[in-house]
Amino acid sequence: MGNVAIRANALVKWFGEGETRTTAVKSASFEAGFGELLYIVGPSGSGKTTLLSMISGILKPNEGNVLVEGKDIWQMKSDDIADLRLHKIGFVFQDYHLFPRLTTVENVAIPLILKKMDWNEAIKVALEYLEIVGLKDRAELQPVKLSGGEQQRVAIARAIAGHPDILIFDEPTASLDGDTGRKIVEFIKTKILNPQRCVIIVTHDSRIYEYADSIMKMEDGKIIGFEQNTLHVV
Amino acid sequence: MSGILKIALKLLVNDKSKFIALLVGITFAVFLMIMMMSMFSGILARSSSSVYNVGAKIWVMDPAVNNATSSIPMPDYVLSHARSIDGVKYAVPIYFGNALVKLKSGTYQAVSVVGLDDATLYGRPELIEGKIEDIYAESAFVVVKDAEFKKLESPKVGTEFEINDYRGLVVGLAKVSSGGLFGIPTVYTTYNRAITYIPSMRFTTSYILIEPKSEADIPFIQQQIKKIGYQALTRDQFVHKISDFYTYQTGMGMNVLMMTAISFIVGLSISGQTFYTFILENLERFGALKAIGAKGHELITMILFQASFTALLGYGLGVGLASGLMILAKLRLPSYAAQVTYTNLIFAFVMVLIMAGVSSYIGVRKVLQIQPFDIFRG
Ligand SMILES: Nc1ncnc2c1ncn2[C@@H]1O[C@H](COP(=O)(O)OP(=O)(O)O)[C@@H](O)[C@H]1O
Ligand SMILES: [Mg+2]
Repeated sequence: MGNVAIRANALVKWFGEGETRTTAVKSASFEAGFGELLYIVGPSGSGKTTLLSMISGILKPNEGNVLVEGKDIWQMKSDDIADLRLHKIGFVFQDYHLFPRLTTVENVAIPLILKKMDWNEAIKVALEYLEIVGLKDRAELQPVKLSGGEQQRVAIARAIAGHPDILIFDEPTASLDGDTGRKIVEFIKTKILNPQRCVIIVTHDSRIYEYADSIMKMEDGKIIGFEQNTLHVV
Repeated sequence: MSGILKIALKLLVNDKSKFIALLVGITFAVFLMIMMMSMFSGILARSSSSVYNVGAKIWVMDPAVNNATSSIPMPDYVLSHARSIDGVKYAVPIYFGNALVKLKSGTYQAVSVVGLDDATLYGRPELIEGKIEDIYAESAFVVVKDAEFKKLESPKVGTEFEINDYRGLVVGLAKVSSGGLFGIPTVYTTYNRAITYIPSMRFTTSYILIEPKSEADIPFIQQQIKKIGYQALTRDQFVHKISDFYTYQTGMGMNVLMMTAISFIVGLSISGQTFYTFILENLERFGALKAIGAKGHELITMILFQASFTALLGYGLGVGLASGLMILAKLRLPSYAAQVTYTNLIFAFVMVLIMAGVSSYIGVRKVLQIQPFDIFRG
């Protein structure tokens, strides 16, 4: 395991006020290192997505802090947090959120374009990433023309195109069949994870546990367990 | 073009049905506004055509006159008085009236007759055929070759005709800078012949045209004319007075204003509504962009670009459509009065900018409100 990529200290997040107030995350602390594939598992509603959002600069915690590569991100200005997300963090959303009016390759190019890369250059680089996920021949198609597993791979290509240090996947296999799910995670493990990267995957899909380096269990907003993976396959 | 603008454009244009609905809304509104205003401008410009064509610097008239062609005859002492004012280089009478011409085919055609001062021919038109001196010949008339010329069966120099039961002879053809509003041909003759041929009241002077010694003399001249109960207006003041009359006293201005406002409101609601739906449907996309790392100002730029791109395109189409239709109409109806002025174009442009502004304001507010977390949670 390498250096610490993300450290979360006593994160608390609640929604609503007064009687309707629900605390989604209750004092969660953990860290994830470079070269590590960390799973966050737990039942639906246990606060996994909320926690992911706080550590990736999307949702401001009510209490606690988040250090990304040593920097306290919630002390930063909102434009700087946006820059941090753009340059350091790659997301694969739960339901992909591809842009139906753009072609597959244009979808992958989005983070590059936001990084102000010239359009043609961005498309060229995006094509390389589509090739990595094995979808180069689908470049000019609209995402809706692709299967679920292919869309997921496009989303992965988009997440890695920006060359992020930290990759975050929220339930990447939830809407895929078992085989496709396994293939995706295997792909993440072998092609995307490297010693300079930290990958965090939220899932409750036990079929893919074997790929994790470590597994963090959540329940009712609390972290109830953290273990090195014994099922670990190398 | 920067990459995010290109993305914005693709999001917009690739959503064909909505994009077309947006364009149609704006094009339609611009088209209607331009048509209404052009019609109005055309009518206003035509209503002052005699004032422009005669070209005198100062017009003396009865204060009740509000329209060049319905003059109120003035007694002769007004002319003597005008001539006695210091600063007046010369002052001459001019006659405006109507007569009936009997054409060779036996039908009658109304014409408007301008009688030029016999001594000076002040206010004479520019001739394209014949010599102006021939206007002194017996029964001589100069016919204006404008859009209405054909209604006199396109006479030539030498053509004879009957006007109010007198003989008339065409001695020249003239061109004028602006056609009239009433769709009837114009003929010029001398003042004395005009008042002989056309039955008139005791007084015959329609207007007195004054050439001042210098611009600086104008206020004094106006003041002296006012003393005897008449009004001396510069050309621009007279044009203004006529425009005001049509705008405020005929109901025309009010109607045009209302129609323009309605076009604007209709256009604004169609395009604003469609743009809002467009933004709503793309909210998730904007949220995803935000999550990936797009900054607030970049999203605002995208929306402003989308709104102004549609607005400008719609504006262009609307102006093109309106101009095209007017050109067509002019081919068929030579005296069709509509004219597109810069003021109309600018006004419609401002209205379109307001539409784009309102639409993007709503869009921007919506987009800035979305939380990437809500997108992330799915
Ligand atoms: N925007 C929100 N408003 C109110 N409650 C929320 C909001 N987001 C999440 N929650 C609540 O927080 C808890 C944790 O949600 P979430 O992090 O999405 O769980 P998980 O991803 O583990 O399924 C749930 O009880 C959920 O209802
Ligand atoms: Mg979740």
